[in-house]
Amino acid sequence: MILDSIKILFHQGKQFIDDPTKVEVPGIFRGRPVISTASVDNEALKGCCPLGAISIDAEGKASLDMGKCAFCGLCAKKFPEKITFTKDYKIASAKRENLIIHEGVDAPVDFGNEAVNPVIKKTFGKSLKLRQVSAGGDNSCEWELGATGNVNFDMGRYGIEFVASPRHADGVVITGPVSKNMARALEICYDAIPEPKIIVLAGVDAISGGVFEGSEDLDRSFIETHHIDLYIPGNPTHPLTIINALLNLRG
Amino acid sequence: MFEHLYINNAETIDFAAIPQIADYGEFSSYIKESLGSVSRHCVNFFGVENTIAGKVILIVCIADDESHKIEVFSHLCDKNAVLAHCGVAALERYEREIHENFGITFEGHPWFKPVRTAADDYPFYHADSEEVHEVGVGPIHAGVIEPGHFRFICSGEKILHLEIMLGYQKRGVEKLLVAEAPLEKKALTAESIAGDSAIGYSNAFAMVNESLCGFSPSEEMLYARTIAGELERITIHTGDLSAICGDVAYQLGSAVFGRLRTPIINFMQKWCGNRLGKTMVRPFGLPYALTPSLRDDLLDTLAKFEKDFREMSHKIRRFPSVLSRLEKTGVVTAEQAREIGAVGMAAKSSALCRDIRLSHPYFKYDSLTHEPIVKHHGDVYSRTCVRIEEVYQSLEYVRSLVAEYPFGTHKAQPAQNMRPNSFCIALTEGWRGEICHCALTDADGKFVSYKVCDPSFHNWMALALAVRGNEISDFPICNKSFNLSYCGHDL
Repeated sequence: MILDSIKILFHQGKQFIDDPTKVEVPGIFRGRPVISTASVDNEALKGCCPLGAISIDAEGKASLDMGKCAFCGLCAKKFPEKITFTKDYKIASAKRENLIIHEGVDAPVDFGNEAVNPVIKKTFGKSLKLRQVSAGGDNSCEWELGATGNVNFDMGRYGIEFVASPRHADGVVITGPVSKNMARALEICYDAIPEPKIIVLAGVDAISGGVFEGSEDLDRSFIETHHIDLYIPGNPTHPLTIINALLNLRG
Repeated sequence: MFEHLYINNAETIDFAAIPQIADYGEFSSYIKESLGSVSRHCVNFFGVENTIAGKVILIVCIADDESHKIEVFSHLCDKNAVLAHCGVAALERYEREIHENFGITFEGHPWFKPVRTAADDYPFYHADSEEVHEVGVGPIHAGVIEPGHFRFICSGEKILHLEIMLGYQKRGVEKLLVAEAPLEKKALTAESIAGDSAIGYSNAFAMVNESLCGFSPSEEMLYARTIAGELERITIHTGDLSAICGDVAYQLGSAVFGRLRTPIINFMQKWCGNRLGKTMVRPFGLPYALTPSLRDDLLDTLAKFEKDFREMSHKIRRFPSVLSRLEKTGVVTAEQAREIGAVGMAAKSSALCRDIRLSHPYFKYDSLTHEPIVKHHGDVYSRTCVRIEEVYQSLEYVRSLVAEYPFGTHKAQPAQNMRPNSFCIALTEGWRGEICHCALTDADGKFVSYKVCDPSFHNWMALALAVRGNEISDFPICNKSFNLSYCGHDL
């Protein structure tokens, strides 16, 4: 009996990722976008994004807001000379405005350390327990948040875990655009977390409402009225993006 | 009597061609009579606001597994009409939804509980007794999962009754699909109805859009979509097996199945750039064709996957401490499954063969001679075995589809306009079961109504029945064995 189990264990080989801050993702992962200075039909470029993530400023320069982007890659397909998606998965930031990618800039996303409350680093440096709240989430970001704890990603090695009770948590990770019907439960959950506490938004739906923005069944007042400590873009957000974002937040 | 109308899966018809039964009594008794046969079940029943002010058209779609057709008929009634409950338990949730949307009352319906309105003051079923106690769980649950409220009435450790309250996830999907927006945005919305079934949903969305335009997808599109759908089934079933092992504290199974999911979703990312297959399927096109190098990668991934999957599933099916938790736990009898209109995996675990891939084949399923996996005990173990065997089956399907995949034959064709005043119904078999999309267009060929029905809409009642008589500590394993969708139900 036990020999069978040992055999199975042996057959798995090594599964964990040695260093989730350095590993490369396989395939055609759509991570941090880069906007070239090539000149294209700006109106068409702006109009091609189904979620309105691309803007053109007064000087005709393009920018892409990852907080609104579903990473569908449509802009890169239509304007390959203008927009490319790199495999850089470290795309989260403590500052909302840092999610905006500007034309001609191909640099890592500025995490915005200056915006992080020093109490967070001091208190949660070795242990960070989070309560996840899905508020209209489509179970894709929830799925990837769950994957951070599996044997491949093993976020637990850094002392970062999801817990059952808000009383045991140091913060809340929100997924989904915040449906009206979940607004009150979210508020109650947040209130139950002892101070100091953080709010993390995971996925495009949580950050901007995503494809559901403007739906009358949403109530985003919680997000609008609270200080957000961390924005993690993606649709859904990749486990490596989540792990790196949380590690950066703790410094 | 009336002229019966039977249509195929993903067939578009004139809206005016849908037979209307003027007398509600006749309409209701025909539904009841029609659903009397085990080969028939209701796939959608909804109301649509009519152009005549104050009127609502009730449309019923009944799938017939023997003729492989779908019968569609309707009834015109007033808003706020008082009608009679048709006496079919499987339709009670549909009637509640119609009540919620239009104020129509079905007299004799036992329970006008809200479907998608999470009311704070909702009076849960309550036992006035000092012998039993109540346990409330949710909407926020212990794990990283979606919200819903469960209210148990227990005698000691034993569950006497479970009432499930949903609606917390309502995002207004059906309205967003009708609203004026580019097709690409709607496609993103459709695959976000339930992100764990992105392929199943976007396949159904593509079928509706293409059928309404009279567009015939290329062979390569059909192959790619079918392969993606089966890969989704392998992925989620494997992940759920991990969760089932986790809920019975079998660490080895939980870890091994959990990591086995990773290579399959990573393949999806190599293919389309997204681990869950979002953006994989789009109407009127093939955004990501399979290439010979991707094929080789896929076959290699599947071979390695299967070896370890076989070893692990062989083990759990023979491991006494796992079996003792799974067997005879959370039983849904065949009669119950039939009565509540269970579909998909939940039905197949309770001896009820409901599988759109067999009954109403679409894409490449007509060439696969699909034989659904059916188990007979209706317990957690049956649902576990259906998952394991469906994974083997899907592995075979993917291999045979890949072997005949028509590489590079797809040619882009222009999208056409949607037919005006038309109706289309599309059914796909997601990993949970049938996903139903119904769309209606107006005189300008634009959506005037888009109705979605997730398999969970049929199956939530199965969970409520499954836990009766079980210990409350077995609730997580019962729940996980179904893994129903909250967002797919709440829309």
